[in-house]
Formats: sequence, C-alpha cells, structure tokens
Amino acid sequence: MILRSFGLNDLIFLLESLRWTLVLTAIALTFGSIAGLVIALLRVSQLRVLRILSGLYIQIIQGSPVLMILFLSYYGLSLMGFQLPALVAASISMSVYVSGYLGEIWRGCIQSVAKPQWEASESLGMTRYQQFRHIILPQAMRIALPPTTGFAVQVVKNTSITSIIGFVELSRAGQLINNSTFQPFRVFLTVALIYFAVCYPLSRLSGWLERKLHVGSAH
Amino acid sequence: MSEVRIEEVHKSFGAVEVLKGVSLNVEAGQVVALIGRSGSGKSTLLRCINGLETIQSGRIEIAGHEVTQDKAKLRALRTEVGIVFQSYNLFPHLSVGENIMLAPRIVKNVSAAQARTVAQDVLNLVGLSEKFGAYPDQLSGGQQQRVAIARSLAMHPKVMLFDEVTSALDPELTEEVLNVMEKLARDGMTMILVTHEMGFARRVASTTVFMHQGKIWEQGPSPTLFADPQTPELRQFVKSDVK
Repeated sequence: MILRSFGLNDLIFLLESLRWTLVLTAIALTFGSIAGLVIALLRVSQLRVLRILSGLYIQIIQGSPVLMILFLSYYGLSLMGFQLPALVAASISMSVYVSGYLGEIWRGCIQSVAKPQWEASESLGMTRYQQFRHIILPQAMRIALPPTTGFAVQVVKNTSITSIIGFVELSRAGQLINNSTFQPFRVFLTVALIYFAVCYPLSRLSGWLERKLHVGSAH
Repeated sequence: MSEVRIEEVHKSFGAVEVLKGVSLNVEAGQVVALIGRSGSGKSTLLRCINGLETIQSGRIEIAGHEVTQDKAKLRALRTEVGIVFQSYNLFPHLSVGENIMLAPRIVKNVSAAQARTVAQDVLNLVGLSEKFGAYPDQLSGGQQQRVAIARSLAMHPKVMLFDEVTSALDPELTEEVLNVMEKLARDGMTMILVTHEMGFARRVASTTVFMHQGKIWEQGPSPTLFADPQTPELRQFVKSDVK
C-alpha cells in the first residue's frame, strides 16, 4: 500500500465535508429548537404531570451519551425495520440531543423573566397564552440568545460523533484522509483548525450578544 | 350601589393569617386610602381585590364582578379594574405606546387606530404625550409610573387600585405621580390606594382606612380621621409620621 501525502485535494475534501457538518448542525438546531421550545413550555406548565414528564425527558437526554442516542436511532431503528440513511439517523439523534439541552436552558430563561411581569400582564386581563406570546417569550428570547449561541458551538463540535455511523462530515473526512496518508498531525490539526474557524466566531458572537443585550440589567 | 364590596375576608399565607375578617364598602367615585404599618395587611387586601391573591373565606365584589378562581371571570373583572404597582412593571421590550396599546388591542380587540387614539389620550392625561416612542429604560421612575397609570387607564377601568405607587420614588418624582392621581380623583375615578403619603391621603382621599394587625382598626372621612384619631394605635401611627 502506497501512502500519499496530505495535499490540496485533501484540504478541498475537508472543506466540502465541512458543509455536511454545518448542514447537520443546522438541522439539529432547527428541529432541536422546535422540540426544545415545547419541552421548555412543558417545564413551566401549570400542570404538574407535564412538568414531571418533561423534566424526566431532560434528565434522560442529559444523562445519556449522545453516542447512545445515535446508536439507538441508527442500529435500533434499523432492527425495527426502519433502514435510515446515516444523515437521517444523525439528524434525529442530534435533534433529540439539542432539544434536551435547549429545553432546560430555555426553561431557565423563561423563569428568569421577572415575576411582576406576569402579574402586570395578568392584571390587564391577558390569557396565559397571550402572556407568553407578548410579554414573557420576547423577554426570555433576549435572555436566551447568548447561551443558545454558546450551545450552538457545542453542537458544531458534537456533530463529529456521527462519524461513527459512517456519516461523512468533517471528522469522518479527516479519518478517511488519515487512512490513506497516515499523517495524523497534519490531518487532524487541519480538521481542528477548521472547527475552530467555525466555533470561534460563534463564541465571540455569544459574548458580544451578552454585552449588547446587557443581560442581567435590572428593568 | 357600592362599586366595591368586601365582606368578612380572611387570608392566610401558610400559618400566618394576614387578613382577619375585613369588610369594606367603596362607593362609585370615592377615593379610599389604606394606611397602616408594614405587615398590617393593606397591600394584601388590595391584591385580593383584583384576584392576584386568593382569599380563604369571605366575599369580594368589584365593578359588578365577583372575585372568583374562575379564570375567564377573573379576566372579565380585570378589564374593568386597573392596578398600578410600586415597581411600575412596564414591559421593557415594548415602547411606551406599545405598552399602553397592547392590552386594549389583544384583550378588548380594539382596532389599531382606536388603540392609538386612546394611548395618545391617556399619555396626554399623565403629561407624557411626547414619550410615545420611548422605551421604559429611557424614562425616570416618575415617568415610568405615570406610563403605568396610563396603561391601566387605557382599558377604561371602573376602579383603579394603587399599591404604594410612590414608595420607590424621590419626593420630586412622587409629586408628579400624585398630581396625576389627584387629577383622576377629581375626574370622579373610583380609587383605592395603599399609601405612605399621609398628606396626600388627607387631602385627596374621601375616606381613610387604618389597618392594624390584619383588621380595619379605624376608618372615617380623611380630615376627621387624621385630626381626631380614636384609637391609641392610629394616634401613634399619625404622630410617628410627622417627622
């Protein structure tokens, strides 16, 4: 077997694979957000049973490795007769993972909206739905923006785990290149740099949003 | 007919009974001041009147609505009863105009144009017509509190409740808020206010109610009550206010 050297073509391959990392991140954040919002709202429901069930969901997701969720949706579902393409299995498991964390982050954001805001809107005759829609969620979103952006950084990096089921994103592409070049330092340092190039601006954005929205200032 | 009827109201927080059988009638157009030491139950009583606190026993009727646990009925009540809080509680993400127009728009389904007209009217009334587009954090405490009053007025309430609305303000800002309240009183608004402003109570309130240990200890026409307290507790309270 002839080993070739890490070259420009490999770099291009890596950058193309980055696209799949970003696609998967986007999918996971989109569906994870939708499910996460539902979970967060259930967590602050007036019905105890809904609070408990959604709390349990969060505990289970946060208490188990993403890898297990991934194996369950890829191997588990295929045993049940659903042959999922790697992208679909990866999307499902990453979305589930995101929903478990965003649900809890956003619950905190909703609950950190000052209690008198509830009383003031209630006293104006608003329904609970109207209170959420017009008063609480707009304020909670503002509080949620920095931690959510920060969490997106984690999602970008954690998509690497889907390389295990053969989904060719950035990390998997790095593995493939390393297999034929065996230049792990060059290859994986490059991969790491690409991740960094994506995550660093996001981290900075998170910090900037935090200052910009002067979260924590008293109103 | 009384606009507000409170009958034998009992209210406890856990094991602590804060209202021990309170009864009070307020006629339409009357201004009633609730005074008393901290912990005497006056704020709690006010909050019970619009259902922010639930009572253990007794009955409260206001503007033709009975205070119940039923949410739909409670909402109907609240469209006719305004409340202003010590901490203003404006919605920080909305402009002054939006703060005022929101509830008329979504609760009473008033048209956008109509809501805007009403908002301008009530802002004018509290002397802040030029602040329509400002955000709450751009206003002084006194201005925020006047906007809070305007926001309640935009619902065209029959009764207004004021919960220590000037306690967080310095004397100058207190004055501008009290002036607005005095104007409302002159215009015939039925008002119940919890206040530490004895001068204001004496001058503007038709009736002053002194609460002590969860009970109405003494009540009467404001001038008489302040000039000639009947109980030692009120005498002590009035005296301690003259600093």
